[in-house]
Amino acid sequence: MAAEAKLDPMHQFQLEKLAGADWNIAGYNVAFTNSALWMAIATLALIVFVAGGMKRAVVPGRWQMAVETFTGFIDGMLAANVGKAGKKYVPYIFSLFMFILFANFLGLMPLGVVGVHAFTFTSHFSATGVLAVLSFGIVLIVGFAKHGLHFFSLFVPHGTPVAMIPIIFVVELISFLVRPFSLGLRLFVAMMAGHVLLEVLSSFVISGGNAGPALFVIAGLPSFVLMVGICALELLVAGIQAYVFALLTCVYLNDAENLH
Amino acid sequence: MDAEAAKLLGAGFAAIGAGLASIGVGNVFAKFLEGALRNPGAADAQQGRLFIGFAGAELLGLLSFVIAALLIFA
Repeated sequence: MAAEAKLDPMHQFQLEKLAGADWNIAGYNVAFTNSALWMAIATLALIVFVAGGMKRAVVPGRWQMAVETFTGFIDGMLAANVGKAGKKYVPYIFSLFMFILFANFLGLMPLGVVGVHAFTFTSHFSATGVLAVLSFGIVLIVGFAKHGLHFFSLFVPHGTPVAMIPIIFVVELISFLVRPFSLGLRLFVAMMAGHVLLEVLSSFVISGGNAGPALFVIAGLPSFVLMVGICALELLVAGIQAYVFALLTCVYLNDAENLH
Repeated sequence: MDAEAAKLLGAGFAAIGAGLASIGVGNVFAKFLEGALRNPGAADAQQGRLFIGFAGAELLGLLSFVIAALLIFA
């Protein structure tokens, strides 16, 4: 493959069946893929992280402090956006936020140095879409269970003139229905775009180095420096996207809990 | 112009949307900083709204990326 100088930036998102290529349920293959493997790793890392901080010491150590900072952060976010009723969603939002955060960060780990190929499963819409539908489903269930059909008043804000109600209702309904798509799409595209960018920049470094020392200095080195900067930016994006996902879920839950 | 060339051109044009969204994202943070420096006491409480605005502006830029990706790969 050394002669193949052209890099395929989409190859990193390819799913590979690690086990059970012939596990079929109702005609669909349910093989254990590298995506599933990294989901399991993220879950395991999350469990280890939280279990390490569950000591309930009166004077917390560093680890417990780290876990408590995160739970406190989620608790504060729900208190600010949903109010008192938000307390019962802390476990869900915490799991959601930490799972996405761990997934994003695990995908950015330089594990290729030791020969392990990290896979960012949040760069697949099938993964982020399910998380988004889960959030949206909770909003629907809570909204209808708590307010019944009164939940539809969400689509008619207070003080809307009667003549405007049919138009406003349709607009609000559409903006409500695209929420799961925008929620899942944002995370998936942000992660995919970042990884494609890193791959393209790394291909500049490699083909610049293959093309001789002059081109390496002109194109390879600046690309490498830029890549280090973009890596730092990607770490920021990974955190922000997890935060935005959790924050928007809180905002939607607020709609379900308190209407307008 | 054959269809493949038109697709690639369209993907290039979609990059304009990403550039415009960057103006939007810049605006969100610039206006927040402007307001936050005038009244630092109220800044922390508004951070959630800052990120909601950021998410909205960013999503529209990412949509143009999706369109470009669809044109090239689908």
